[in-house]
Amino acid sequence: MSLRPLTAPWFHGPAGHEKIWLGCAILWCFVMSLMMPYWHFRGKQNSTGEAYTVKPVDFLARTEKFVAANRVGTYTNPGNNPLMGDLPLVEPPAGGDAYLIGRMWQWYPALRLRLGETYRLHLSALDLQHGFSLQPLNMNFHVLPGYDHVLTITPTSKGEFTIVCNEFCGIGHSGMSGKIFVE
Amino acid sequence: MKNEPDKHPWQKVLDNPWLLLVLGVLIPVLSYTVWGWIELLLTKPALLP
Amino acid sequence: MSTTSHNLTAPGTPGRVCGTTGLSVCLDAQRFIKLNAVCGIVFLLLGGIAALLLALTRWQAVHLLPVDWFYRILTFHGINMLILWILFFEVAILYFACTTPLNARLFSRKVAWVSFGLMLTGAVMVDYVILAGRADVMMTSYLPLLAHPLFYLGIILVAVGTLVGVFNFFATLYVAKRDGAYTGSIPIVTFGALAAAIIAVVTLLHGAVVMIPTFTYAMGWTAQPDPAWYRLIWWGLGHQSQQVNVCAMVAVWYLLTHIIVGARPINEAVCRTAFVLYILFINLASAHHLLVDPGVGATWKIWNTSYAMYLAVLASMVHGFTVPAGVEIAMREKGYTRGIFGWVTALPWMNPAFSATALSLVIFGFLGGITGVTLGTQQINIIAHNTLRIPGHFHVTVVGGTTLAFMGLAYYVIPLIFQRDFIGRGWARVQPWIFGGGITLLSFGMSFAGSMGVARRSWDIDAQGVYGPAAHLWLGVLGLGGILAFTGLLIFALLCVGTLFFGAKIEKRAMADWGTPPALAGSRPGSLANDHYATKGTMVLTLVFLACFVVYYFANWKALADVWPVR
Repeated sequence: MSLRPLTAPWFHGPAGHEKIWLGCAILWCFVMSLMMPYWHFRGKQNSTGEAYTVKPVDFLARTEKFVAANRVGTYTNPGNNPLMGDLPLVEPPAGGDAYLIGRMWQWYPALRLRLGETYRLHLSALDLQHGFSLQPLNMNFHVLPGYDHVLTITPTSKGEFTIVCNEFCGIGHSGMSGKIFVE
Repeated sequence: MKNEPDKHPWQKVLDNPWLLLVLGVLIPVLSYTVWGWIELLLTKPALLP
Repeated sequence: MSTTSHNLTAPGTPGRVCGTTGLSVCLDAQRFIKLNAVCGIVFLLLGGIAALLLALTRWQAVHLLPVDWFYRILTFHGINMLILWILFFEVAILYFACTTPLNARLFSRKVAWVSFGLMLTGAVMVDYVILAGRADVMMTSYLPLLAHPLFYLGIILVAVGTLVGVFNFFATLYVAKRDGAYTGSIPIVTFGALAAAIIAVVTLLHGAVVMIPTFTYAMGWTAQPDPAWYRLIWWGLGHQSQQVNVCAMVAVWYLLTHIIVGARPINEAVCRTAFVLYILFINLASAHHLLVDPGVGATWKIWNTSYAMYLAVLASMVHGFTVPAGVEIAMREKGYTRGIFGWVTALPWMNPAFSATALSLVIFGFLGGITGVTLGTQQINIIAHNTLRIPGHFHVTVVGGTTLAFMGLAYYVIPLIFQRDFIGRGWARVQPWIFGGGITLLSFGMSFAGSMGVARRSWDIDAQGVYGPAAHLWLGVLGLGGILAFTGLLIFALLCVGTLFFGAKIEKRAMADWGTPPALAGSRPGSLANDHYATKGTMVLTLVFLACFVVYYFANWKALADVWPVR
């Protein structure tokens, strides 16, 4: 049967318990099929992949321009992470564009955002692939060199948030860090 | 040699490994690979105003 | 009449009759099953040693490996487990599935040697380069990370070698049909192997398309391929190879439940259609690695990650019913009819192949399948991508599911093909429980740590200063689970190797029985063939599974709704 060729006719439709289970399974698969499109239109958290091609050197220049125009201070690393160094603290205009670079091994610059405002956060990498991972919210997005990954994002909670890197990017990977402050 | 009764059309599909091979290559390659590749190729350059 | 008929019982064909099952065995296929299975188990052991070292490093309190060796061993572990162990063992399964059940002879010994030679050469090449420190790039080797060219060449050789083995499988099917080695439809086990082989073709084509330009770039001959393109095509190799594993695992479930309990597919058309849904749609879900990527849009993400509206998930849910249902019917026909679950307690739980199969089914279904579908939704992936939730998921699918099922298969392959009875039978009986328990614990540790934001592929969480005692606790659970799982794996490897050297030879007698449920006084074989309402126990189990699925799925949507709005 399971190991011998079938010579007698074997083709017939489902019946009984297997038919009931098929019905349940199909119904559940249908419900799941509706969830993603539903959330795409009515849900608040989506990953649409909005992106543009960019040269790393151009993205760096644009980020430095953003830092120069909007800098409000310096974030001093408390000191337990030797790879971090100090970061410029930058506040983008409410409802405006913010630029964030992932590079070995920091997220540059540190950002200060306002609660309830919507920003277009541009993410890109200068060298390798990086993983933007915002803690403790645990929001995760992939960041590639050559791509400007745009997140239209609205902070709805206040506090100090740390950006961890969760895509392997060399020996300093687990210490790669960044900051977002929401006030 | 064999006196085969009429097979259900779906059984003919199930009994045809070559058809399954062709479909099994074509459908994922078109839906995942080719479509995804086109999406990447159509990515516009950044404005960076 | 052709002189080289591929009918196994034709005169002059090198074959033998199995003393346990009465089935014919092609001696060519037997040789290559042995070679590939042995290589597979060697790479499993190497990958397992790596796993122990990794688990003892992610357990922060132990933190065994230094930073560079952690990433090196992590690369080694991924390649040896997800590529080498699995592909070698699957080629062995393919050689079995196209010969014995069809009474057919393997198409070509020379082709089998080419396949084996390429695979082994590539495997040694890639392992050497990694351990030499020239390929600290993870199994995924994401550009712009760059490894030594031999890393890519090794993988190309393994992929091409596997493809040659797959060709041998298809050619055997073709000539078996042509030469009339069998009549009728191929059995379900061969059909499952066919599904695995078809998916392997897609997988390996993607491997060639991504690895060749990356190799030429590493050699300095061509420009760097685009990193986003690399991810797209690489996951055509990387995830689709796991779908080969799913098909092979399900085929093994049908095979072992048949051999041990006498189960048969309750509806051949339904089971085969489920495999066809795998063939057509399961590969689409490679998209779930790119759900939070730039460049590929929402429609592409949603359609592909849904396996075409979950048709391939439907297939898994079908097998999740039909495999236990086949067991239940066979047991009830043997006379085990007490209550809804009387047949469950009477199952041969101390038969290691049976317990491995049952554990594989439960772990893969309840833990692997549910987490996989949930984490693979476009939006929920936002709270999961690249966290330890992802390895938490795939350790219960490819390890708790496929690897455990393959271990179960080995308990019959070694006596039936290598013709040696196992030594250490007491150890064998508990091995699947130790391994399955360890992997489950490991996965829970990973999944809970990951849901607290702990990253995968990361040597040290304390550098960040943002993870509290709970995360550390779960990493400790990961460590303990890893130790237990490694113990189970080591026992398995030692038993296999020890049996090959010291196991009692089986010449013409039947193999020593691991334990099969005897037919009781009221046994009526085949009596339930037309009773479609006999599988009450399976019905209850699958409805419980569905309830767990619904709860886990919606709990994750709720967790997602708590994070910042983002588009």
